[in-house]
Formats: sequence, structure tokens, C-alpha cells
Amino acid sequence: MSSGPRFDMDYFLELAIGGLTRGSIYALIALGYTMVYGIIELINFAHGEIYMIGAFTALIVASVLTMNGMTGVSVLILASVVAVLYAAAYGFTVEKIAYKPLRQAPRLSPLISAIGMSIFLQNYVLIAQTSDFLPFPNLLPVLPFMEPYSHIMGSTELIIVLTTALATAALTFFIKFTKLGKAMRATAQDRHMAMLVGVNVNRVISNTFIVGSALAAIGGVLIASHIGRINFSIGFITGIKAFTAAVLGGIGSIPGAVLGGLVLGWTESFATGYVSSDYEDVFAFCLLVLILIFRPAGILGRSSVQKV
Amino acid sequence: MDHHSRRTFLAFFCAAFLTALPFGPLFAADAIKLGVAGAHSGDLASYGLPTVKAAELVVKEINAKGGVLGRQVELLVEDDVCKPELATNTATKLVSQNVNAVIGHICSGATKAALGIYKDAKLVVISPSATNPDLTQSGQYPNFYRTIASDDAQARMEVEFAIGKLKVKKIAVLHDKGDYGKGLAEYAKKFIEESKKATVVLFEGITPGAVDYSAVVQKIKRADAEAVIYGGYHPEASSIVAQMRKKGMKIFFISDDGVKDDTFIKVAQKYAEGVYATGPRDTTKNPLAISAIEAHKKAYGADPGAFFLNGIAATQAILNAMQKAGSTDYAALGQALQTQFVETPLGKIKFDKRGDAIGVGFSVYQVRKGVYVEVK
Amino acid sequence: MKASAEFIKSFFISLWFMLLTFPILVIRVNTIEKVVEWRWRNMAFIGIGSFLLSFVWRWLLSRKEKGRQPAETGNVETLPLGRRLLAEPRIYRPALTALALFTIAFPLLFSSYQTNIMTTALIYVMLGLGLNIVVGLAGLLDLGYVAFYAVGAYSYALLNHHFGLGFWAILPVGGLLGALFGILLGFPVLRLRGDYLAIVTLGFGEIIRLILENWNAFSFGPSGIANISRPGLFGISMTLNEATIYIYYLMVALCLFTIFVVNRLQDSRIGRAWIALREDEVACQAMGIDKTRTKLTAFALGATWAGMVGVIFAAKTTFINPACFTFMESAMILSIVVLGGMGSIAGVILGALILILTPEYLRAFSAYRMLLFGTAMVLMMVFRPQGIVTNIRRVYRYGTKGKESRPAQA
Repeated sequence: MSSGPRFDMDYFLELAIGGLTRGSIYALIALGYTMVYGIIELINFAHGEIYMIGAFTALIVASVLTMNGMTGVSVLILASVVAVLYAAAYGFTVEKIAYKPLRQAPRLSPLISAIGMSIFLQNYVLIAQTSDFLPFPNLLPVLPFMEPYSHIMGSTELIIVLTTALATAALTFFIKFTKLGKAMRATAQDRHMAMLVGVNVNRVISNTFIVGSALAAIGGVLIASHIGRINFSIGFITGIKAFTAAVLGGIGSIPGAVLGGLVLGWTESFATGYVSSDYEDVFAFCLLVLILIFRPAGILGRSSVQKV
Repeated sequence: MDHHSRRTFLAFFCAAFLTALPFGPLFAADAIKLGVAGAHSGDLASYGLPTVKAAELVVKEINAKGGVLGRQVELLVEDDVCKPELATNTATKLVSQNVNAVIGHICSGATKAALGIYKDAKLVVISPSATNPDLTQSGQYPNFYRTIASDDAQARMEVEFAIGKLKVKKIAVLHDKGDYGKGLAEYAKKFIEESKKATVVLFEGITPGAVDYSAVVQKIKRADAEAVIYGGYHPEASSIVAQMRKKGMKIFFISDDGVKDDTFIKVAQKYAEGVYATGPRDTTKNPLAISAIEAHKKAYGADPGAFFLNGIAATQAILNAMQKAGSTDYAALGQALQTQFVETPLGKIKFDKRGDAIGVGFSVYQVRKGVYVEVK
Repeated sequence: MKASAEFIKSFFISLWFMLLTFPILVIRVNTIEKVVEWRWRNMAFIGIGSFLLSFVWRWLLSRKEKGRQPAETGNVETLPLGRRLLAEPRIYRPALTALALFTIAFPLLFSSYQTNIMTTALIYVMLGLGLNIVVGLAGLLDLGYVAFYAVGAYSYALLNHHFGLGFWAILPVGGLLGALFGILLGFPVLRLRGDYLAIVTLGFGEIIRLILENWNAFSFGPSGIANISRPGLFGISMTLNEATIYIYYLMVALCLFTIFVVNRLQDSRIGRAWIALREDEVACQAMGIDKTRTKLTAFALGATWAGMVGVIFAAKTTFINPACFTFMESAMILSIVVLGGMGSIAGVILGALILILTPEYLRAFSAYRMLLFGTAMVLMMVFRPQGIVTNIRRVYRYGTKGKESRPAQA
């Protein structure tokens, strides 16, 4: 369908905001990928599953609370806190079981271990819970002052964008100024050197997984509230998209992950709006290929000079 | 040949030997064996597992009453993940275990891949959910039957309803790019264009599993569509409807059997209100359907999933045919399926020569006050 | 560590797992009766299970550590028993003959189901060997290998559908088209390294699949192409059972051919160039190896096999649709290569047989099938990260026996 010759500002704005929402979600999950990759150079395929488990935990906690008569924001807060804690615990455990024994292994071995973990976690939730899609209650509050603008941007969208912004800001602060953040950066630069100057590398890696998984759980709660349903297989495709976003922005870089998420979200949104959603993903991947050809280290990634 | 390749060969054969240890027959010979094949793991498991539960419930009830032809019925449940190549493995496995008939497969693609194998082994196959028109209309699969309407039948009904009853002129046709959804959407588009009473203002595939559908919703709005016909399953449908309603779009939403599912109402909640979907007639009042759903709730503590009633009907149809035919012989079974009516949750049905169910009347439903109500 | 300390450690581990699995495994919200179902029994299982397994886990890990130490401290590398046996002509000759006989007799001994899944496994053996060229030898991480497989499968399906061309005519065409696409992909990604390459290849695989899914006029879209002809044999008509057996022998022959070619390729000039490239790109260039050409040949040759296997795959299943060629498929083929042992032919064969046949034989566990499969993948990597068969580096020595290669023993 042709989009017509006139330029419709409202339409453009709506697509831009849709892309922003989508991009924010990708960004939240991409942060976990980028942090883990930055430190141990592993594509953590199980990260998408951690996000799925976060969403499931939130759903279970929220259901139990609502059945016991609790309502309102307190459900949201309690469910999110429990989800974040559990996702962090799962991230921590997954690292201990599937990646830690593989520190000295050939480079691709942890990747296979991660794929195995991803298959395991999906089927674990499938067996323990259900294969069906479960309705996810919209836990996010409706902000009255946004109602007049809801045809362009609803309160859910606003909350998603704001939460991502806040989480990124907090993470940047954490990485830049805390002791643990410094240790993380040191480990990412040179693991052996960091070890020599007294950084407990194993602890740093564990913490990276915990922080990344916690962010994924926040993403999980937000997405589930936004699309209103979850099942055991939601993690995989979102995980791949988020990883694409992380690479797009320059893997290992935190502002890169956010920027990559947003660029990916906008590409998909505008491709759908102005061309066709049939090829939404094709556009996303073509953009990725193009950017990497002209900037092989991603948008914000530093191209490492190869030393001999 | 040097050392290296010798070792290679050796390892190769060793592995072949070790992995090929055959599994002996697990069941006694006198039971009737019913294969149940479909997606039981992976992202499409939610469409395959309800049929397993349906078959289990029916078989449990029948076995309690003494079985079929005086023999107990046993289920052999095999997973094909909705992948054609795995479906052929599943099919050969079931054939080599000497099943008497098969319920499945779930996806049309996997069904097509497997049917040749069953045909060669002279086995009747009844699918609760494979809707591709070719399966019955091409005449290539004489052993195939189904308890669901084909894509074109549903699409025709949706289009007639939209143009005739709702009197819309501009229709947006969406699909989920899948086997089922896209097939249906293509037929819908064809029928709308043929009717010349309405135009297709938008024809697009959405991405299943995406985190947001706002862009495509904006596009529907911009195209000024008066109705949306959606081909696909309920998870995506609920997201699209919810986003449409949140944006204040009150246009009609018409969909298919994959959406005429109570889970849709549970997931979409208040946004489900007013949505139309086609599905088998009068299941909401059919006592067999009500009791089947009750049995499921009692056994599994949850509402049944997609194609559950179709699964019940398929199992009942095949077991009834065995009983009526007095044997599990291929020709006799086919004969019985085509001549003997059977009471199922979908109504009193038998099958035509091509394998489509006769007696499964189709009608349009609408969500009113949180339940699907038949539109008269 | 003392027994009591071990005990306490295991106790805390089991406590941790009980806590961890609590919401997902114990609570289930019953949406019908609006009650919460508490499945405490599951918690008990997890508690006891993780308590016992933690002992096994630690024991296995410590064994693995011990196994590694001598190899690190001393230079003496003892060959595992299996390898020593295999190096002994008196043992491997009869064993080889027995296995050859077994392979030939396989379809006669077992049901057509067994033959069928063995054929599937052999298809993956070929795919694994093809990917092994790209990943194992040239060290280029390719996550979109399935794209070439799809190219081969669709080229046969479409040419067969439209022009009625036969299997044997298309087999080389599929290979050539695969190679062409390999070069097409190879050009833009030459500059990329490591995981950037991985994600671009992943994107490429997805693009191919999405195009097949959306471009109905060309590929018949998601409903796929049915009734593809099985491979012919001088126009003899076969029953399904005979056809299954015929395809099995065909696959065995093609696998032997692949093994032969890949084995030759490894020792060739280009093969050594790949290995050099994998080890050190810069040094390799300094030695005067044309990096561009070497990488492109790796992509093209790897893709050739995928294209050919695609043709066989389409002919075997007689039906294909885009859902056959998802990312999970690429991940599976890559797992075969890594699990088996990168760069080792025997390893890839073992890896393929294990990864493809395990889910089939796990069918007995029905619902737990994929759960166990995932667990097995993790465990195999944890306890044998270098893969099942370690690729022994060849050492070329002067004197004694000319150029014959031997594992390092001195």
C-alpha cells in the first residue's frame, strides 16, 4: 500500500514513539548481553531465557498477591522486586554451572553450553508451568495526565521509556564510579592484568551476570505488561533481537547497547510504517550488515587496533 | 588410506553401532494403538499439547468402558516440533510400532511431509488442526481426514460476514506469516477482490513474538480500514486488538479458529470485547463440548488450549469408526469414517470423500461480556 | 576437604536450589478455581536431587582437574586408551571390517524408522563436515550456515516443481548455488572478525529464511513445497521402504565421499592456509597468503556441502518449508562441530550422531526429552570442553618415515 505523497507529521511521530518503546525494551535486554560479552566474550544465549523467567516469576507473584486481595502499585513493586531477585539468582546459578567450569576451555565451548542452557530453561518452564500463553496483568499504573495523548503515547509506553532511561543512568553511574564497576571495567580490558592487581575476577564475573539478569527481569516485566501475555518461548526471539542491538551499537559498550536498541527499534518501526511489516526483520538485519561493513566495530564500538 | 582417515572410519562405525541399539516393542500386541503426533516441545507446543490431553481424556473414558472392539486403547505420543523433517521420523517411528491409526499432525507442513509415509503404510490420519486446503482438495492424500475447516472455507465465511453483515468497504488483511495464518489471509484477500464489493486496503504479515505491534496498528489506522481480517493464532491477535483499542480504534476485528479460543478472551481481557471469530457451530451449547471442557478442568486444573475440541472430535471419530467397522483395517476404517455419523463436541459428524468433516457447521462468534456468543 | 565440610556445602547447595526453583516449580496458579496450587513434593525432589548431584558434580569436576594437571605440568602426553587401541593395526582392521559390514547391513537388520533417523543423522554428518571447513579449519564463526542448506533445498524443490528436473541433475547445481551464495556472503564480511562475523552471518541466515517466507510468488511462502520427487535410480519405481533404504546407502556413499574430500582438503595447500589463518591472521598474511582468497574459498567450499545436502534433504523429506531452516538449525550444526571437537573429522561424525540421535532415542522420556537434551549439551561441554575427539595437532618431522604425520609423543 502506498503511503501517499504528503508527509504526515502525526504518523511519523506515532511511528517514532512506537520505535522508541520497542527500542527501549531491546536496549534493556541488550545491556545484559553487552556486559557479559564485554567481560568474558561470550554470547550468552540463555539471557533471553532469564528475561522469560523474570516475567514468569513476576506473573506468579502478582497472581498470588492479587488472589490474596492486594491491589495497585504495591503488587507491581513486590512482583518486580521478586522477579529481579530471582532473575539475578538464575543468572548467577547459570554462570556457576554452565560457564564457570569453562573458563579455560576453547572459545566456542561456552557458546554451546549457553545454547544447551537455553534449551534446558525453556523446557524447564514448559514442564513446570504450562505451554499455553498466560495473560499477564497490566501491572503498570495508568497515568491520568497521559490520557489525552494516548493515541500517540500511552502511559505504558512512557513508563517503559522512562524506566529504561533510569536503568541506563543508574548502570552508567555504577560502572563509572563504584569500586565494583571499576573492577568490571578492569576485567573487561584485561582479565589477567586485573587479576594481577588484585581484582577477584570470579566475583566480578558473577556480579556482571547478576546485574545483567536483573536488568533483563525489569525488561521482562515491562514487555509482559505491554504485550499482555507470556509463555515459555518468548525469550528466544527477543534475545536474538537484543543481541543484534548490542552488536549494532558496538558490543561491550553500554551507551552503544542503548543506542543500538533504539536504532533497531526505529528501523523496524519505520520499515513497517513506510514499507511493509513483511520485511521488518529483513530491514533490521540489512541495517546491521550495512553498519558493520562500514563500521566493523558497531556504531559506538572502539575498533581495536590489532597488535602483532 | 592413512592413519587419520582410518580412525575416522572406525569412530564413525563405532558410533553407528552404539547409537543404533534398537528399542524393543514396548506394548502388548493385543491393544489398539493410536499414534498422537504433533508439536509437543518448542515454540508451537501450545498448539500440539492440548490435542494430546484431548486424546488422553477420550481414551481414558473409553478404556474405562471396556475399550474398543473389546481391546484397550493405547496412545503413542510422538513429538514432531512442527518440523517437516522430524515429522517424517515421527511417522516412520509410529509406522514401525504398528499403530492402527494416527491423530495428527498439528501443522499443515509437518502433516504434508508425514502423510506420504502413512499412505504407504495404509494408515488413516485425522488431524485436529491442519487447515491447508491442498490436504483434502488435491486428492493426493486419500488417507487424510480432519476435524477442522480448511483455510478457504473459513476465509470465505469471514469475508462474507464482513461484506454482507457488517457492510464494510475497506478491509485490512493481516496474517502472522505462518503456514496457517498466511494461507487464510491469502484466500481472504482473493475472495474480497472477487466480490468487488470491498477493497483490501492493507495486506501485511506481522512478526510473531515481536515485543510491540504499534507500527502496524498505526498503519491500519492510516489506511482508513473499517475492518481487520486477521489470519493467525490468538497470542498475536490479542496484542494487536489491545493496541488498536488503546489507540482508540473501534473498527471491527474478524479472525479465525485459531482465535476462537477462550484463552484469547483471558489474555486480551476487556479488549476482546466485540471481536469476531469463526469457529465450529454451537460448541458452546453442545453437552459433549461442555463435558469435555469440564473433564479437562478437572484433570488438569486449567482451561483447555487451542484445538482441544477438534482433538476430542478426531479421537472420537477414529475410535467410533473402528467400533463400527469392526476392525482396524484401512479400507474398512475409511468406509466407516465416510458413512457413519459420530457424536462429537463439534456436532454430529462424518467425512466426505476428500476427508473434510461434514456436519461441523461453521458460524461466526462474537465476544460479548467476556464469552464467545454465536452471531445469528 | 573433609567429609563434614562437603556435607555442609551440599546442604547449602540443595537449599539454594530449593529456593531458586520455588516460584516456577512449586507454585502454580490455578486460573479456574482461582486458587494457588502448592506442589511441595517438587521441592522435596529438588532438595534431595541437588544434594546428591552436588557430590557427583564436585567429584567429576575434581576428576577433570586432575586429568588436566599432568598435561599442563609435564610435556608427556599420554594417549587415551581408545586412541592407542585404534593405532594398533591388529585391532582396528577387523573392527573396521566389522563396522563396514554393519553399516551395509544396517537397513536389513533394523526397521525403516531406524534407517530413516540414521539417514537424518548422516545428513547432519555432512552438514557438520561442511561447517567444519568454515569454523573448525578456517576459524570463521558462521551462525547462518543454514542459509546455504536452504538454498540447496529450495533449488531442488523449485527446479523439480517447475521443470521436473531430477535429483542427480540438481545435486551439483545445488552445490554450485551454495558456493555462489557463500561467496556473496563472504565478500562483505571479509573485514569482520570474530563475533561480529557471527552476528552478520546470523542475520544473513534470517534474511534468507524471511525472504522465502514472504516472497510467495517465488517460494510458495510458508506453506512450502510438497511432493518433491525422491532420488531416482535408472527409472526403477520403488516403494517407500525401498526408497528409504536407497537414500540411506546414497547418504553413506556421500558421507564417505565428503570424508575423503575433507580429509584431502585438510592436507592441501589451501587447507594449511586455513589453519594458518585461524591461528594468526597477521602472521599468515606476512607469510604471503592471500587472506581474501583463502577466506572466500572457505566460505564457498563450506557452502557447497550445505547446498548439496540441502538437495538431498528436500529429496528425502519430499516436503520443505521455511520453518525447516531456522536459526536453531544453524545452532544445532554448530553444536555438532564444537561438541565433536573442532577440526576433527571423527569428532564431527560422532557429534552429529550423538546430537541427532539422542533426541530420537530420548523419545522414550517423552515430555522430558528436550530438557534432558539441553542438560546433556551443558554437561558435555562442562566435562569435555575440547569436544569428544580432540584434534591432535600434526607434527611434521624430518627423517625416519618421511612426511608421515604422527601425534606428538616426545
